[in-house]
Amino acid sequence: METAAVQPAARPAIHTTMRTELPADAAPLASLKPKLSIKGLNFYYGGFHALKNVTMDIPEGKVTAFIGPSGCGKSTLLRTFNRMYSLYPEQRAEGEIMVDGENLLTTKQDVSLIRAKIGMVFQKPTPFPMSIYDNIAFGVRLFESLSKREMDDRVEWALGRAALWNEVKGKLSQSGQSLSGGQQQRLCIARGIAIKPEVLLLDEPCSALDPISTAKVEELIHELKNDYTVVIVTHNMQQAARVSDFTAYMYLGELIEYDVTDTIFIKPKKPQTEDYITGRFG
Amino acid sequence: MNESEAGRPTAVTSRAPEPRRLQAAPWADAGFEWLTRIFAFFVFSLLLAILVSLMIGSSLTLEKYGFSFIWSSEWDPVQEKFGALVPIFGTLVTSLIAMLIGVPVSFGIALFLTELSPAWLKRPLGTAIELLAAIPSIIYGMWGLFVFVPLFQTYIQPLLIKTLGNIPFAGVLFEGPPIGIGMLTAGIVLSIMVIPFITAVMRDVFEIVPAMLKESAYGLGATTWEVVWRVVLPYTKVGVIGGVMLGLGRALGETMAVTFVIGNAHRLATSLMAPGNSIASALANEFTEAVGDLYFSALIELGLILFLITTIVLALAKLLLLRLSRGEGTKT
Amino acid sequence: MSAVIPDQSVINSGNRIYRSRKRVNFFLLAVSSLALAYGLFWLIWILAVLLYEGGTALAQASLYYQMTPPPGADGGIANAIAGSLLMVAVGTFIGTPVGILAGTYLAEFGRGSWLAGATRFLNDVLLSAPSIVIGLFVYSIYVARVGHFSAWAGALALALLVIPVVVRTTDDMLKLVPNTLREAAMALGCPVWKMVTMITYRAARTGILTGMLLAVARISGETAPLLFTALNNQFWSNNLNAPMANLPVVIFQFAMSPYENWHRLAWGGAALITIAVLVLNILARALFRKTD
Repeated sequence: METAAVQPAARPAIHTTMRTELPADAAPLASLKPKLSIKGLNFYYGGFHALKNVTMDIPEGKVTAFIGPSGCGKSTLLRTFNRMYSLYPEQRAEGEIMVDGENLLTTKQDVSLIRAKIGMVFQKPTPFPMSIYDNIAFGVRLFESLSKREMDDRVEWALGRAALWNEVKGKLSQSGQSLSGGQQQRLCIARGIAIKPEVLLLDEPCSALDPISTAKVEELIHELKNDYTVVIVTHNMQQAARVSDFTAYMYLGELIEYDVTDTIFIKPKKPQTEDYITGRFG
Repeated sequence: MNESEAGRPTAVTSRAPEPRRLQAAPWADAGFEWLTRIFAFFVFSLLLAILVSLMIGSSLTLEKYGFSFIWSSEWDPVQEKFGALVPIFGTLVTSLIAMLIGVPVSFGIALFLTELSPAWLKRPLGTAIELLAAIPSIIYGMWGLFVFVPLFQTYIQPLLIKTLGNIPFAGVLFEGPPIGIGMLTAGIVLSIMVIPFITAVMRDVFEIVPAMLKESAYGLGATTWEVVWRVVLPYTKVGVIGGVMLGLGRALGETMAVTFVIGNAHRLATSLMAPGNSIASALANEFTEAVGDLYFSALIELGLILFLITTIVLALAKLLLLRLSRGEGTKT
Repeated sequence: MSAVIPDQSVINSGNRIYRSRKRVNFFLLAVSSLALAYGLFWLIWILAVLLYEGGTALAQASLYYQMTPPPGADGGIANAIAGSLLMVAVGTFIGTPVGILAGTYLAEFGRGSWLAGATRFLNDVLLSAPSIVIGLFVYSIYVARVGHFSAWAGALALALLVIPVVVRTTDDMLKLVPNTLREAAMALGCPVWKMVTMITYRAARTGILTGMLLAVARISGETAPLLFTALNNQFWSNNLNAPMANLPVVIFQFAMSPYENWHRLAWGGAALITIAVLVLNILARALFRKTD
């Protein structure tokens, strides 16, 4: 891990009030430029209050991980960032998510533009029913008109960055569904970065993959950090510790603690976090 | 089998239940499998049985006319001269019209139902379409004859004759007096009949598409249309083509909706407005009145031809699907 | 334009490709809505006409207890109603078990077997076989042999229409049952026949029942196969071995005739069939939603 280990100032343990804002002396986090700025986010599935007053800043150019037990709302939170919930009428969000000065939730801007700028990779690999080449080209063609050679280059670039090029360069015309699970997921990542979104949301991207593929994807995340802001949801704490710079721990729809990854895992400030990290529950 | 405790009173709930060792007869599984196999074989042989029986039944005319039966348009029961061209032509033309109108409309409705419809509208609409599919074809026939034909004849047909009848080449399809009944009418009524069926199949098939797959496409910034056209449709193409072929099959063999409005004329005409005959309508009208072995044989041969046409259409469709799914590397 | 390395600035609302895509999207979605309106238009019109024309006939009690009359006389369609009920029931009772068992073979035991592949293929062909051809078939092998029309022949023809539908849906629905369910049952030591009948059938029961009801609804209105098998009967008949009155053929004959009272009865019969079929459908759906 390359994150500089920052020692937070020694503080007495806080056992009472649960705070949802950043602690005042979390200097490393606060000093970074936020890409996404969430304030007072509440989310509802019908009548069910799934996210409660979440406030946090996602820093630009870093990897942020959301961890927490099943049902804590981490995937829900992630899916607000690209307005995926808008596809479903019974789901609604209130509050603010500021991106480049605009509130995602209420912006008049077309949702599909937002989604193109904030890409997502899902839990299960979802190659489109078309060739590998077309899978990548699909997203590109939405906004750019490239010649055949330019598109070839772009496809090669995307697959290269996803560490998949060597494995598929001879069979680009084969169906995306003919690849192995790990390859499919890397294809989806390549597809996601082919138009260079500003943010990359990864929703438990390795949960359906074997350990070797998982390792490859994690390596990928490391490299992607240079060009993208990455937010990853994972139920695997060790993975969060391996790949992320910042980690947010959530429980039952609330943001319990959000800090530098090392802090969360080595010296968490909240007892709930510590309980989860040490495996006392969840 | 352990029944060592038989006879000794024991506390009812004090121990975990004894695992019962398998005492099922070993032949039960094999027997069940054979039972299902027999019935499968029965279904398997049904088609062949129908084919053979039809061939036997039409042996008289098969011998007498051979292949010329297919392109002869003579149909004279009195003089015992028969030819299948008119009914074949009518069957093909009406079905073609039905598909040309029906398939795009069905696709549009299925699209609406799955992607556009507000939540509160989805269920009632879906039910409405399914109900339309359930209406027996004789209803369409009656409605067609008593309601649609008079209106068609008075208002639409003259309009069509005036506008489309004047197009060079294609205009010849729309010439003739507006009598209401005819092949075009039959085709239109038939198209209304196939729409709900094809829509229901398409809708069912579209809904099986995993939400995650669609979200992946939306997630890249694709529009609704693009998601349906580039992701949903290719993903479901096997089911969609299957549904369309089923609709075509129904259209080809449809009897009552067509019989009421096609006009029952054994005359070959170039205009769609003219009355004609389909194989099914000829059979429906004439079979119970037929006298004489040759007449019967001719009618059964009509049935044989219809059977062959439908079978070929369907077999081709199935083969196409098999080739598609193998080539794409996807599983059916 | 930078091609190899993508440029984030491409994603903006001024992008021409994006704008044309949005236009295309709007247009096609509008067309789709029109398609819906078109479809609904016919549905409403047909149903309205049916209720209007059939309504007066349905309201008359004599429809239900009098027999089919000669032209010009008063009467009802009681014999036709009874005959239809009987033949549909017999046809379904014969056809459904055959279909389910055959479909079970295809889904559970048929993997890799040539019989399964061929049967599936041929069944799908049979599914769309014109029902009038089925009528011809039953005529040839049964009616012509015994020398007379009968309700048995009619029921047989209907059964042959039920079978492919049930085979197809059973096959499809059983295939949808995830293998993990089967494996869970087997892991408990369950014999195959029990696993299929108690677990897999249960899991797929909604779908299988839908298939059955679709089949019943389909044969309820089928005229063609009855035309040369059960024929028709002016009077009440309990004899399955003789021609039996049935709604579709009665409707056909009466509607194609020039007599007013026969037309009225035909509309009544048509409305009756339609209502029965629609009610069947709606009930089935409501039932499934409850059990799900």
